[in-house]
Amino acid sequence: MEKPIRVLIAKAGLDGHDRGAKVIAQSLRDAGMEVIYTGLRQTPEQIAEAAIQEDVQVVGISSLSGAHMHLFPPVVELLREKGAGDILVIGGGVIPEEDIPYLKEAGIAEVFTPGTSTKEIIKFIKEHVN
Amino acid sequence: MYDKEKLERVRKVKSDWEETTLKKTLDRFPERKEKFETDSGIPIERVYTPDMLEDFDYERDLGMPGEYPYTRGVQPTMYRGRFWTMRQYAGFGTAEETNERFKYLLEQGQTGLSVAFDLPTQIGYDSDHTLARGEVGKVGVAIDSLKDMEILFEGIPLDKVSTSMTINAPAAVILAMYIAVAEKQGVSPDKLSGTIQNDILKEYVARGTYIFPPEPSMKLITDIFDYCAKNVPNWNTISISGYHIREAGATAAQEIAFTLANGIAYVQAALDAGLDVDQFAPRLSFFFNAHLNFFEEIAKFRAARRVWAKIMKERFGAKKDKSMKLRFHTQTAGVTLTAQQPDVNIMRVAFQALSAVLGGTQSLHTNSKDEALALPSEHAVLIALRTQQVIAHEIGVTDTIDPLAGSYYVEKLTNDLEEKVWEYIEKIDQLGGAPKAIEKGFMQKEIQESAYRYLQQVESGEKVVIGVNKYRIKEETPTDLLKVDPAVMERQCKKLESLRQERNPQRVAETLQELRNAAQSGDNLMPYILDAVKAYATLGEICGILREVYGEYQQQVVL
Repeated sequence: MEKPIRVLIAKAGLDGHDRGAKVIAQSLRDAGMEVIYTGLRQTPEQIAEAAIQEDVQVVGISSLSGAHMHLFPPVVELLREKGAGDILVIGGGVIPEEDIPYLKEAGIAEVFTPGTSTKEIIKFIKEHVN
Repeated sequence: MYDKEKLERVRKVKSDWEETTLKKTLDRFPERKEKFETDSGIPIERVYTPDMLEDFDYERDLGMPGEYPYTRGVQPTMYRGRFWTMRQYAGFGTAEETNERFKYLLEQGQTGLSVAFDLPTQIGYDSDHTLARGEVGKVGVAIDSLKDMEILFEGIPLDKVSTSMTINAPAAVILAMYIAVAEKQGVSPDKLSGTIQNDILKEYVARGTYIFPPEPSMKLITDIFDYCAKNVPNWNTISISGYHIREAGATAAQEIAFTLANGIAYVQAALDAGLDVDQFAPRLSFFFNAHLNFFEEIAKFRAARRVWAKIMKERFGAKKDKSMKLRFHTQTAGVTLTAQQPDVNIMRVAFQALSAVLGGTQSLHTNSKDEALALPSEHAVLIALRTQQVIAHEIGVTDTIDPLAGSYYVEKLTNDLEEKVWEYIEKIDQLGGAPKAIEKGFMQKEIQESAYRYLQQVESGEKVVIGVNKYRIKEETPTDLLKVDPAVMERQCKKLESLRQERNPQRVAETLQELRNAAQSGDNLMPYILDAVKAYATLGEICGILREVYGEYQQQVVL
């Protein structure tokens, strides 16, 4: 049997809007993935640490407070520093389109904005995890 | 209300209709779906008839406006006397920028202020704290000290305007700052009117800006009840909020059930602290969501009033009318706004706002069309405010009180919702009350399940969201979005640095030490916080002392 994909869903920063993060976590779980949810108020350092400890292949970071530019890129950097640059990092939340190119350049593989279907996210993960 | 004979007659007419007229049509044209139900899962009948309200008793169930059980409204004249307060939640960047937005809104006919604070402020960190990075001035205005608060209300007479402040864990500190600013304007505390949200229980459940564990948090809240009853008598000391519970995924029934259960916990805590129910209960206020299911929302507001009146009278033995009246603010449902075809949000907001008005709200915030994309631009806020003004002035719904009373459907829904609410309250009582139910993750789990069900309904197409799963078009992203200046954090940190140099450090240290002693001894903290604030101790310093004494809440991750 194929080993299930392991995913860390993380709430970055001080934002408390976790409805999206939680329903995504549940959807990924229903799609057969193993999902760990961090809960609120995670720093980039804590997220990177948890990703490595939990040995995940994917990190999904959520922020709806507008702090994504400060909080998403450091997660990728920290993972790379710790030799875990192969972990797929994706992001979601209220993120203006004009910010997305910068985030992608910083190593966020994809950014999912409001209205995205969970099928799309599941498909993206399956296609990009090797 | 209806006599038996007439009801029999109605039943007969209905069954005849079902067998003849209706049957003929159904045989040829089946209905759109097999099952119709509200967001709370209440089955919706094809047509509502008087026999469904067999036990309906006008006097017992509705009564007159301004009279128990307040189903029809808390005031005897409602909007014939005065419209609801039009109160747009606003705040971003620095105090200077938000002050400008406030003045703009007041000039446009807004009748009250509503302050949005940024997340570091809401969680008790100064702007230069490491955990504040990226968050300063983003979802609201950054307030670090009394200095910022003075700028925020500069040129706004606090005896003339009522101010609602969405602040919870540090509510005591922000209220103290407000009182201090008023004093500087020559306005005494008894002239102040407004609201602090101050509802920590829903922070643990749904909103996330908690600081301290439940016990000291509840103590801070009852300190405020007590202090305000004596010193700031026209202040709403809490806004017990279902809004965020609904936004997190709850149904209409869960929204009011969990909110009223939290309300019960606050009243109980205040009674346990030795306060008199009729002294503090008149200043309790509520905050609800206006969602999409139009009639269920109207019924929800009516049911909430009736249930709360019964709770206060029967459970807590309140004597004063004011203690039994559920007064509430409403905000339209942010979660229903779409990033796709954002202009359509104007319509969603208008219908939701109308349901709040038909439900008898005391104040209202209408969301702006662009809020699924960014903080609202000035143009979008103006349309949102104008929507309220159209409802108030143009469409005639404000000329009579509770116009939907007596609608078979609305009355039946009101009854059905009430029943569901009592079931939940009983369940929560069995779990040991709201704080225990939250500790056990009960509310969180219920909300999570509803949120997931909703998502599945949208993804299967069972629930239509225009522009998202139906009637999609190719579109450009709007370009006129508000962007918070990234230099806000730097500016805010500079202000903080100069404040720390200008103030009297000895006075700061003394007041903070006195606050620490008071927190350890269990005194009412309000006077100590007020002293510290006046000495220009920062919000982060004050909350820091309380963090040391009280500890910090560790979230229960429920998934």
